[in-house]
Amino acid sequence: MSAAAPPLGAAQARPLDTLVAFTRRNAWSIGLIAVLVGLLLFTKALQPRYGPITLQGLATSVQPLLLAAVAQAIVVISGGIDLSIGSMMALTSVVSASLMAKQSEEVGVAVVLGVLLLGIALGAVNGAVVVITRVPDIVVTLAMSFVWAGSALLVRSAPGGGAASWLKSLVVGPLANEWIPKAAVVALVVVFVVWIPLSRSRLGLSIYSIGSDRLAAFRSGVSVGPTRFAAYVMTGLFSALAGLSLTATTGIGSPVPGPYTLFSVAAVVLGGVSLAGGRGGVFGPIVAVVVLQLIQTDLTFLRVDSNLALVAQGAILIAVVMVGSLITMRRSRG
Amino acid sequence: MTVAATDLLLEATGVAKTYGAVVALRSASLAVRPGEVHALMGANGAGKSTLVKILTGAVRPDAGTITVHGRPLVASSPAAARRGGIVSVYQEPALIPDLDIRSNLRLTATPIEPFRNWLDQLGVADLDLSALARRLPLATLRVVDLARALAIEPDVLMLDEMTAALPANLTERVLEVIGRQRGGERCVVFISHRMIEIGAVCDRATVLREGATVGVVDVTPGSENRIVELMLGQIAEDIPDAVEQASTHVTTADVVPRLSARSLGSGAKLDDVSFDLRPGEVLGVVALEGQGQDELFDILAGMSRPTGGSVTVDGSPVAFRHPADAIRAGVVYVAADRAEALLMQRSVRENIALPLVARLRRWGPINLGEERRIVDGAIQTLQIDTRAKGEVRRLSGGNQQKVTIARWVAGGVRTMICFDPTRGIDIGTKRQIYALLRDLAAAGAAILLYTSELKEVQLVCDRAIVIFGGKVVRELSRAEADEPALLRAAYNLRSDSELPEVAVAEIVAQADGTPVEAIESPDPAPPERPAAAASISNPPDEPE
Repeated sequence: MSAAAPPLGAAQARPLDTLVAFTRRNAWSIGLIAVLVGLLLFTKALQPRYGPITLQGLATSVQPLLLAAVAQAIVVISGGIDLSIGSMMALTSVVSASLMAKQSEEVGVAVVLGVLLLGIALGAVNGAVVVITRVPDIVVTLAMSFVWAGSALLVRSAPGGGAASWLKSLVVGPLANEWIPKAAVVALVVVFVVWIPLSRSRLGLSIYSIGSDRLAAFRSGVSVGPTRFAAYVMTGLFSALAGLSLTATTGIGSPVPGPYTLFSVAAVVLGGVSLAGGRGGVFGPIVAVVVLQLIQTDLTFLRVDSNLALVAQGAILIAVVMVGSLITMRRSRG
Repeated sequence: MTVAATDLLLEATGVAKTYGAVVALRSASLAVRPGEVHALMGANGAGKSTLVKILTGAVRPDAGTITVHGRPLVASSPAAARRGGIVSVYQEPALIPDLDIRSNLRLTATPIEPFRNWLDQLGVADLDLSALARRLPLATLRVVDLARALAIEPDVLMLDEMTAALPANLTERVLEVIGRQRGGERCVVFISHRMIEIGAVCDRATVLREGATVGVVDVTPGSENRIVELMLGQIAEDIPDAVEQASTHVTTADVVPRLSARSLGSGAKLDDVSFDLRPGEVLGVVALEGQGQDELFDILAGMSRPTGGSVTVDGSPVAFRHPADAIRAGVVYVAADRAEALLMQRSVRENIALPLVARLRRWGPINLGEERRIVDGAIQTLQIDTRAKGEVRRLSGGNQQKVTIARWVAGGVRTMICFDPTRGIDIGTKRQIYALLRDLAAAGAAILLYTSELKEVQLVCDRAIVIFGGKVVRELSRAEADEPALLRAAYNLRSDSELPEVAVAEIVAQADGTPVEAIESPDPAPPERPAAAASISNPPDEPE
C-alpha cells in the first residue's frame, strides 16, 4: 500500500490505517469488551434491579483479583509464571491489617508504603531465586507460595486486624457519578500509573522481548537475567497492591490465601496474554477479571447450583479462549 | 601478514574453547585491518560458529585475547561486545518476533533515519515499521537485521551466513552494500559458504580447520582453490569427481512418474504448478524468494492441503491430510530448517530411528538390535560425525542436516523432496550431500530438490523447473541450466534479454575468473535502481 510513497515519508500513515492497525492489534481486547458489554446487558435483563449500587459492589469485589491479574500478566509476558501471588497477597494483607489495627490514619499511610516495599522485596526474592538458581520458575514460585503462606500464618494465625478508614473509603461507593465506581477508578489509575510508563520504557520492551524470544533478546543486547528479576519485582509490587486491596475491601487481614493465584492465571489467559510469553498487555486481563466475575454473578442469578456453576465456569473459560484463538487465527491467515 | 598490531582493527589470538570432551577451538586467530572485508572460512565443525560466538560475547573463551583498536575487549555478553564496537548479524534473525520493527530498533537503540537509509540501499524501501517482526518473511528479517547493524555503525560488523536464506536479487544488493564498506575506517567479517560471494566482496580470508587457524589468504582470482585446499585438507580432490560422474544419468519419459503434480494451487501464492518426477531422476526447482515454492513443498510433504489441482503418486491420486500420509505413500521431506525436522535434545540414533520405528514394529517393544543395525548403516552412508551423538543439538549444522537425510535413507527412499538441504552448510558436506542424492537417484529413487544456490542445479539435477509467481515458467535440461539461464528464468525474462540487476551478471562473471575489481567499477546504474543508492560509499549522513 505504502510502497509508492517516498520511503522517508512513509512513517506517517493515514489515520484510517492507524485505526485499522490499532483494531487489528487490539482485536482480542476489543472482542473481550464486546463480551463484557453483552454480559452486562444479559445481567440487566436477568435482574432488572441491577444498577449503580450493584455495579459499585462488583467493582469492590473484583479489585483484589484485578490487581492480582495485572501482577500475573507482567510475569507471564516476560515468559515466566508466578504461583505465589495468592500467598504474597495473604502475607501483605495480614501484615498491613496487623500494623494498621487501632492506629491513626497517618500511620496507615506509612504502613501502606511499607507494605508496598515488602511486596517489592517478596518479588525480589522470587526473582533472585529464579534467576540465580536456574530452577524452573514454576517450581520456585510454587515452593515460595508455601513459604509466603507459612509466613502469613506466623504473622497472624487467624483473620483479624484492621484498616485505616481512608483506605477503606477508597474502595467503596461512587466517584462523581453514581455509575462510576470508585474502586474501579482507583484500581485503573494505580495500574496505569505504573504500567504505561513501564511498557514504554526500555525495561518494558525488554520484558516483552525476553518473553517473545529469549535468544534473540540476548543477541539484541538485552540483559536477560536482570530483566526477569525486574518482572518478578513488578509482580511482587502488584501482589502487594492486591493484598492491600484485600485489606481495604474486607477491613481485616486473612492469613489463608484465597483462590487468587489460579484465577489470575485464568484471567491472564482469557485476557489474551500468551502463556508462552511476549504477547498481550494488562488491559485484557483486567476486562477478563470482570467478565469472569459477571459470569459467576449471572450463574447465581440463574440459580445454578454453586458446584455446577464452577463446572460451567471452567467450561466457559475453555470455550471463550478456544473461540477467540480460532478467530485470531483466521484473521492472521486472511 | 606482517602488520603491526596497532594497524589492526580487530585482533584475536590463541582463542580456545572446550565443551566437555569436545574441543571446539584449539587455537584460533583472526586479524582484520580497517577498511577490510575479511572472510572467515572453515568446513563443518571447524570452529567458525564458536569463534563468532566468542567475538560477539555469546560464549566466553577458555583462553586467548581479543583486542579492538588495540584495546582488550571484554565481551561478556552481546551488549558488552556492542559497546566494544562489535555487532553481529546472526544466521537466525535476532529480532523479537512479538515486537514491531520500531520497538525492535528502540530495544537496540538504533537511530531510525540511518536505518531507513540502509534499508533503501538494501532494496527494502517499503517496509512498514509498525509491522510485527513475526509477520515478515525470513529474507526481509535478515535484511532488516543487517540494516539495523549497519545503522549502529560498529567498528567491526560480523555477518554470519548473511546471504544463506536470501533470494538472488536481495543477495546481490547485500553484497553491493558490503562491498562498499571497503576502504573505510570500519571492517566487516564475512562468513559465507558461497565462494562466489567471497570472491566478490572480500579482501582476505582466514581459514579455520579443526579449531585452529590454518592460513590467511589474499582473495584474488584463483585463490578459491587455495582456500578450499586449506579448509578441507586432503579430501578436497576426491568428492567432485563422484558428483561429476554421477550426474550423467539419463531418464526415459515413458516410465510411470513417481510423483506428479497437475495445476497445483494454494491460495494466492501458488497458482499453477505441474510436473512429473520420475524414478531415478533429480528434478531441480528454482525460484526467487516467495514465488510459491514454500507452499508447493508444504503440500507435497502433507503439511497443508492444496486449494486446487491434484497430486499423484505412482499413478494413483493422493490427498495428503497429514505428513504421515505422505510418508506412508513414500514421499519423505527434508527441510532446510533442521530444527523443523529433528528432536534437538535426543540422540542421533533416536532421531534416525524415529520414522523407522513405525515401520519396524507397530505395537510392542522396538527391536533395538535391528534398529541399531539400520541406524549404524545410515550413519556410515552419510559419514556423520558422531562425537556428540548424545544430543543432536550439539552437532554442527552440516552434521545435523546429514541426520535429517539419514532418517529417511535408513528406511529406504522412494521419493524424497528436499527444500534447500544445503542451506548454510560447508562445501565438504555439500558435496557429500550432492553425491548422496545422485547415489539415491542411481538406485532408483526420485528426488525433488529446491535450491537457493543456482550452481547446485547443474551439479546435481537432471533437469530443473523454474517457478515464478506461483507458476512453472520454464523447464531446463541439465545442459541448459547454467546460472545466467536459471537467473533469467527465475526473473521470468526471456533468455536473450538483459538481467535487471547488472551486478548479478558481474557476480556470475566473477566465477569465470574476471578480476575482483570489476565489482567496484562505476555502476552502469540501471533505470529502476534509485539514484541515491548507486553513489553511496560512506554510511548515510544524518537526514536533512
